[in-house]
Amino acid sequence: MSFRRLLLAAAITAPLAAAPILAQAQGTIRIGMTAADIPLTHGQPDQGFEGNRFTGIPLYDGLTAWDLSAADKPSSVIPGLATEWRVDEADKTRWIFRLRPDVKFHDGSDFNADAVVWNVRKVLDREAPHYDPRQVGLTATRMPTLRRAEKIDDLTVALFTSEPDSFLPINLTNLFMASPAQWERHRAAQPNAEAAWNAFAREPSGTGPFRLTRFVARERVEMARNDAYWGTKAKAERIVLLPIPEANARTAALLSGQVDWIEAPAPDAVPQLRSRSMTITQNLQPHVWPWQPCFVGDSPLKDVRVRRALNLAIDREGMKQLLNGFMVAPVGTVAPGHPWWGNPSFQIRTDKAEARRLLAEAGYGPQRPLNLKVQISASGSGQMQPLPMNEFLQQDLKSVGVNVEFDVVDWNTLFTNWRQGCQAASARGAHATNVSFAAMDPFFAMVRFWDSKMAPPASNNWGHFNDPRFDQMIREARSTFDPAARDAALAKLHAAGVDEALFIWIAHDVAPRAMSPRIKGYVQPQSWFVDLRLPFIQ
Amino acid sequence: MILYLLRRVLYAVPIALAVGFVCFMLVQIAPGDPINAIVPPDAPADVVEQVRKDYGLDKPLPVQFGLWLSKVVVGDLGRSLATGRPVWADLQTAIANTLTLAFAASMLGFVLGCVLGGLAGTFRGSAIDRGAVGLAVAGVSVPHYWLGMVMVVIFSVQLNWLPAMGAGPGGSSDWAWNWEHMKHLILPMVTLSVIPMGIVTRTVRGIVAETMNQEFVTALRGKGLTRWHIFLHVVKNAAPNALAVMGLQLGYLMGGSILVETVFSWPGTGLLLNSAIFQRDLPVLQGTILVLAMFFVALNLVVDLVQTALDPRIKRA
Repeated sequence: MSFRRLLLAAAITAPLAAAPILAQAQGTIRIGMTAADIPLTHGQPDQGFEGNRFTGIPLYDGLTAWDLSAADKPSSVIPGLATEWRVDEADKTRWIFRLRPDVKFHDGSDFNADAVVWNVRKVLDREAPHYDPRQVGLTATRMPTLRRAEKIDDLTVALFTSEPDSFLPINLTNLFMASPAQWERHRAAQPNAEAAWNAFAREPSGTGPFRLTRFVARERVEMARNDAYWGTKAKAERIVLLPIPEANARTAALLSGQVDWIEAPAPDAVPQLRSRSMTITQNLQPHVWPWQPCFVGDSPLKDVRVRRALNLAIDREGMKQLLNGFMVAPVGTVAPGHPWWGNPSFQIRTDKAEARRLLAEAGYGPQRPLNLKVQISASGSGQMQPLPMNEFLQQDLKSVGVNVEFDVVDWNTLFTNWRQGCQAASARGAHATNVSFAAMDPFFAMVRFWDSKMAPPASNNWGHFNDPRFDQMIREARSTFDPAARDAALAKLHAAGVDEALFIWIAHDVAPRAMSPRIKGYVQPQSWFVDLRLPFIQ
Repeated sequence: MILYLLRRVLYAVPIALAVGFVCFMLVQIAPGDPINAIVPPDAPADVVEQVRKDYGLDKPLPVQFGLWLSKVVVGDLGRSLATGRPVWADLQTAIANTLTLAFAASMLGFVLGCVLGGLAGTFRGSAIDRGAVGLAVAGVSVPHYWLGMVMVVIFSVQLNWLPAMGAGPGGSSDWAWNWEHMKHLILPMVTLSVIPMGIVTRTVRGIVAETMNQEFVTALRGKGLTRWHIFLHVVKNAAPNALAVMGLQLGYLMGGSILVETVFSWPGTGLLLNSAIFQRDLPVLQGTILVLAMFFVALNLVVDLVQTALDPRIKRA
């Protein structure tokens, strides 16, 4: 056979030989996560919201869920395993949830009111045989007022809160329903509840659109489509999750074809990724990268004019260039168009002349420069690129006569200090702290920072902000149960917070992702989460 | 010899205690809070305190250390704060993966080091010597994580010859010595081998050069032995010292590949330590360091014994 014929034969047979491989790969999406380990799979993931994104929502459902179907509007809460809910008019701490009928866990057992009560008890009832302290820390924090659940009938359940709290349906997106039957099976073979939960994590059972098929600790998780899913079924047949904490390693894995999708590509690799036809996606995320002021002691940030001046002095477009376009300039904790926006009168923008005027009015100028100390971290989850971003701010604020000094601490330390407040020794005299945060629900977006009861050690009111007007607005929002009226009350609160410049709002993250052009159907919502039912491999 | 062995094994006990104690205290005095491995940073204080109590992290430090120690002596390294999995289970797979990588890298580094060092020592002052020494200096000077990234860019991203990360197409749990898995090993192995290669080259070169100057080599030449036979005598004399250096290098590789394992997402002890450090996962950190320290002690003992076997002049009383 001549070389030419050999080549021809190879050309004809190569696609045939490759066909089974292609067929096998069809519908399998391999995702490189930023996490260093597989997020917990027992139903209450760790690793922050990346955990909820990849081993929470795909495997489990909550009573309520996020609408992740659209990119052009903020994600809102929609029915999940509950089809409807209302507060008891006679007792505003009692909620009635009607459950979705004919839903089964991956193990075939029924989802019903007993399962809801069981799942509430797993994190709130220390006497429950399946109580799991590990899940408490990951869940109870995100639904701070929920106390217990009571079965009314098979498809109706009552949930009780410690005080009237209209935020409960939003908080419940964080409580995932695990299968009691599957856990009992594991418990029968294990010496104690802790071991049963560990076994459950290896062979979990939820009601989600994917079921776990393979778990290799620290290395990979494989999930297959749940063809018996109660809602819209996933298009992809399989999802493979790989923890790749190092940004360059993730990028290389995508470029070499080992994965199809990576979270947070290395920013300086984006041009190369684009040149190789990779799709770079981003969207506004309910994430805030701020300086959180200290409102007590000798902090110059007690003065609203100074806080407004700083908000006006920042060149956010310049920072966006620094970040290769991967940020959105904030005008508050939420963006215009969000139900909680509220149209504040103070407009956050870049206006250095006005910033100088406000600083002069507050008594600062060339003769008496404003000296600020800010506690920051060198890295950290959700912190974007804290060092270059803060150094940019330092240079930028110099132009309006503000001298910024940084106290750089480890990320874990910054978090620990966040709970201790600006008057604690751990703050080391800082006038602001730089901890980014998720702003998906009202408690985490506003209440924990602006409610005087949330001052350390209760929660994250690091700056000891204390204004009875805000306490009253928060009480009103929490006790307004009509969703539209509740959102209006939250909008009033948000507008007041912006008018008082209660943060120095610097950036919103945009959750950059890079993916192979073979991935189709992907939607990046304005959320920390994505709907893995939508994308597929073409 | 038995007494010597017993004594060495007994020495390991205070070493283990000291390693465990130092590691425990280092984590305690480091900034941050181990509770952050379990609860999110925005957790309210009451939840934090409840979880702290549930995990016994509210107890005094000596009590915490004592509790940990009492479990370790019966072979229980505890459970990870972050994942709840038994530390020993994760550690076993991580050690197996690191051993695979460390042995492969050591073998490559040692063989190259012995060859280059032997040649350089034999042909002192020649171009071969200068070339080998140059390679050795480069090997110990180039940051291996940087070398790893450069090799990934060349062989994975540009040429698409070798995978950029992982320990096999389906993870390390189904590891097999076939091409599909071994191609995942090549880049981390080469990256990790450059330092032992450099060190062994320089060591062997020095020993060979020194041995070649000894009188018995002159005597051998005088007796008319061929160059090959003389070389064998030189190797035999150089082996014990070279072996000691190689043993130490293997020990370093076992615990010292955090950066390389992170760059290549190789699921070994380095990656395990890396994530444990960032998560303040105290049981994983203590368990891993303790086991690695014991491995180092055991390896030193084995090297000493092999040295004795190779060179009867080294006596163990």
